[in-house]
Amino acid sequence: MKEIDYLAPSSLGEAYAALQNGKTSAFLAGGTDIIVQLREGRKEVDQLIDVKHIPELVSYAWTDDGGLVIGASVPFAEIYEDDEIVRRLPCVIDCATLVGGIQIQSRACFGGNIGNSGPAADTVPALIALGATLTLGSADGARDLPLEDFFTGPGQNVLGPGELIITVNIPPQPANSGSFFHRFIPRNEMDIAVVNVGARIDLDAGGERIEGARISVGAVAPVPLFVAAAGDALVGETPTEDSFARAADIAAEAATPITDMRGSIAQRVHLTRVLTYRALDRALERAREA
Amino acid sequence: MTTTEKPDYKVIGTRPIRPDGVEKVTGKALYGADIHLPDLVQGAVLRSPHAHARILSIDTSAAEAMPGVLAVVTHSDLPVVADKVLDMGEGASTASDMSKNVLAADKALYRGHAVAGVAATNVHDALTAIEAIKVEYEVLPPVLNVQDAMRDDAPLLDASRHTRTPTGEESENASNVAAHNRFEGGDVEAAFADADIVVEREFDTKMVHQGYIEPHNGTANWNSDGTLTVWTSTQGAFAVRGALAELLQLPVSRIRVIPMEIGGGFGGKIGVYLEPVAALLSRKCGRPVQLTMDRTDVFQATGPTSGGHMRGKIAVKDGKITAAEVSLAFEAGAFPGSPVMAGAMCMLSPYEVENFKVDAYDVVVNKPKVAAYRAPGAPNASFCVEQLIDELARETGADPLQFRLSNSAREGTRMITGVAHPRIGQEETVQAAQASDHYQSPIEGPNRGRGVAGGFWFNAGMQSSVVASVNPDGTVNLIEGSTDIGGTRAALAMQLAETLGIEYDSVRPTVVDTDSVGHNDVTGGSRTAYASGQAVYEAGLDIQQQMVARAAQLWECEAEDVEYADGGLRHTSDSEKTMTFAELAGKQMETGGPLQGRGSVVARSPGAAFGVHVVDVEVDPDTGKVDILRYTIAQDVGTAVHPAYVEGQMQGGVVQGIGWALNEEYYYGEDGRMENASFLDYRMPTSLDLPMIDTIIVEVPNPGHPFGVRGVGEVPIVPPLAAIANAVHDATGHRFTELPISPRRVVEELHNLQ
Repeated sequence: MKEIDYLAPSSLGEAYAALQNGKTSAFLAGGTDIIVQLREGRKEVDQLIDVKHIPELVSYAWTDDGGLVIGASVPFAEIYEDDEIVRRLPCVIDCATLVGGIQIQSRACFGGNIGNSGPAADTVPALIALGATLTLGSADGARDLPLEDFFTGPGQNVLGPGELIITVNIPPQPANSGSFFHRFIPRNEMDIAVVNVGARIDLDAGGERIEGARISVGAVAPVPLFVAAAGDALVGETPTEDSFARAADIAAEAATPITDMRGSIAQRVHLTRVLTYRALDRALERAREA
Repeated sequence: MTTTEKPDYKVIGTRPIRPDGVEKVTGKALYGADIHLPDLVQGAVLRSPHAHARILSIDTSAAEAMPGVLAVVTHSDLPVVADKVLDMGEGASTASDMSKNVLAADKALYRGHAVAGVAATNVHDALTAIEAIKVEYEVLPPVLNVQDAMRDDAPLLDASRHTRTPTGEESENASNVAAHNRFEGGDVEAAFADADIVVEREFDTKMVHQGYIEPHNGTANWNSDGTLTVWTSTQGAFAVRGALAELLQLPVSRIRVIPMEIGGGFGGKIGVYLEPVAALLSRKCGRPVQLTMDRTDVFQATGPTSGGHMRGKIAVKDGKITAAEVSLAFEAGAFPGSPVMAGAMCMLSPYEVENFKVDAYDVVVNKPKVAAYRAPGAPNASFCVEQLIDELARETGADPLQFRLSNSAREGTRMITGVAHPRIGQEETVQAAQASDHYQSPIEGPNRGRGVAGGFWFNAGMQSSVVASVNPDGTVNLIEGSTDIGGTRAALAMQLAETLGIEYDSVRPTVVDTDSVGHNDVTGGSRTAYASGQAVYEAGLDIQQQMVARAAQLWECEAEDVEYADGGLRHTSDSEKTMTFAELAGKQMETGGPLQGRGSVVARSPGAAFGVHVVDVEVDPDTGKVDILRYTIAQDVGTAVHPAYVEGQMQGGVVQGIGWALNEEYYYGEDGRMENASFLDYRMPTSLDLPMIDTIIVEVPNPGHPFGVRGVGEVPIVPPLAAIANAVHDATGHRFTELPISPRRVVEELHNLQ
């Protein structure tokens, strides 16, 4: 590992200026991915830009209409220790409590997990299921985009050279809706998802018919997948074993995984079906409790 | 559970605090990487990116010219050494193979094989410099498993290697099979023809690593007077000294090896990797040089244990095992020396088997040269045999433990080596497992199953040497040379205290360097509490005898009139004349000077260890995940010197066995690259993957040890692989003959996904 400059801008303006100083940069948010990548020589940059000192990135707030805007660098521990988030968005807690151990969670953050853009990132299917968007900022201004449109390949995304993630925006959730995220790992801890799935189910007022559903699957393609067709197939259906199984089949058909040391193609396609079904089942439980 | 009357020990059987405990939990203990010397410089090692390649040339000139670079070494800096066998205690190698493993000669034989070393003023300069070394490789196709390696058209790792056959001859054609050995007895064919039931299956296991938490390190200072001092993390300071003397062609007396605290070894810290390279670099640059590995280096370039292919066939008649035919082929890695012979000799030893034919093949492949790993060879071989026995018990309708008991070896039963068992505790151990609360409780619920398996390990004896110095206040310093990987400082201090009849706290044990005590073989083979314990006992007797003579001198009587008892001296006929140990210790100057006891042994009666394991699992049929619900281990330990450490050894062996059974494997790409060389993807169990492991200590004293001690550290890793496979079979109806029984393998098998 060669010598690297460390910058800690205290405003977005300073951060944008640092991004334009002609050097190659990486962001240091939680640092739980980038430091390992630099030490193992998997990445080389001239400077690290610490984004834990920019006010917009380290705070979070509810919007008037019931949405939640989370600064990209807010540590997971801060999120899952907030009782109101625990109560209103349990699916966010599903993933926030899963990334790393307790020490890691006191630094690691949504912006880092998303910016690292791993196909198996554990926060992403949960946030896609919730319909989250990102706000990206640069010296030229800000832009919003749906989270599922952010990723372009393993470790790759649409961030421009002078751009950074400012916030993750979770829109207000429909009434009678429930969401759930889980993953499969071979051990009970300290592992990367073989497959992970986030699902949301929106029921009608009577709680009998499905009005909408969002299903997202990770670790089965170069980018986390938003399988719109699987959710759409549930619209108008009643939540039954059959309708869930059909949606799970559609999710499995969308999977185009590889075989590697973490799992085989056949195993991942099979698990996509199993985990999608189970996620829908748990999301339904939460929708009925809502 | 004790089967014979145990003497009324005062110290043995208690659970005192270990002497190294406080330093370790407060972070003050010094490990190899904590050594900081004046003028110390750091080094780095260039490693082969190819699994199999001819090295056509190495150009170090650019690296040598870089700022901060002090020395560069390659294989050509090592002296030429003969093909002399180096017995490292657990596993032997030739000096020339070891030399080629330390720094590759004409060929790189595995990815990660060291090719050159650099010393520089800081580690960053060293890392930059190794990238400037130009190596021209001719890349060759790698051989990555025993079946491929044994094919007639397989690429050869060494074109001059021929197979040493059972008759001691060399095969005509060159081969990757370094050795083929055979054990044969009785009439196998007739027994199979006459059998009620015969089962036959093939089994495969993968290469696995010990996974000790502390990476390898080596710091060397080649002094201007030609002496060499080495600080390292090792299970055997004397083995390191012997290997360095051979590899560097130095007299043994010129090398001093200082063993640092060791963060786990399990057999993997006996050989040398970094030490000779650091020594060469130090000689070249005249400064002490430190080399350390990262985790990837540890996985790719140290000594894991073999994977392999096995075929087994066992026959039963009237409930008795009548014949076994087993063929084992184990990966040795890049150079010969797999533990296949140990596996062959262990796997049938818990049982009485009259007719047998066992073939053992030692096969080189393009993977790191294997090292010892806790009962090396036995877990793999038992994975084969104990599953076949499970199947036979089921087919005969017998309870699997009762079936094992009916076929158990006992005193006098001959192993396949022809050696008869002395007094052993195999039957008592099976009975203890049968009587356990676990085995007596039913297993209920869907997708759940129970499995059992047995295991055997020889245990080793070998050489130990200690000195005990009596202090004027009645305390004793115990100077020993067995590096402590499993609580042996406590276990040895306890045995000395027991021998002398003094308090445990009065004995202070210290592991010293190779200049400071007589020769000690490695801490391996579960030998230290047993063999060094015997040396300690002899040192205690030596002190007793000297004290008796000195008391006689003070009392002006004959030595025969004085006896040593209950931690003191007394006149056999004059009850007025008594002295405590401490009182006599205070009179050393007037009775002949400093009092030292010595003990030196070649321990020859280690007393084998047997274990029987019971495990309950639950299998998620949709994800293929196996959860361990309950685990009980019964083991004959002879005499438990420190029961808490004995239990810890039993539990530790089980934990490593669970990892090996369920998830651990070297996962190779076709190019011969290990793709999971990190603790993230090489999945050892975490605490959340394990239940409490219940232990049942069985004590059938070893008649070959003054306190009845048997080695305990290795046999607990032998049964888990098969026990878990048997439990998964019970839960799912599917027999898993290939390791690991990972979620991937289970789900693919249960859902026929291939």
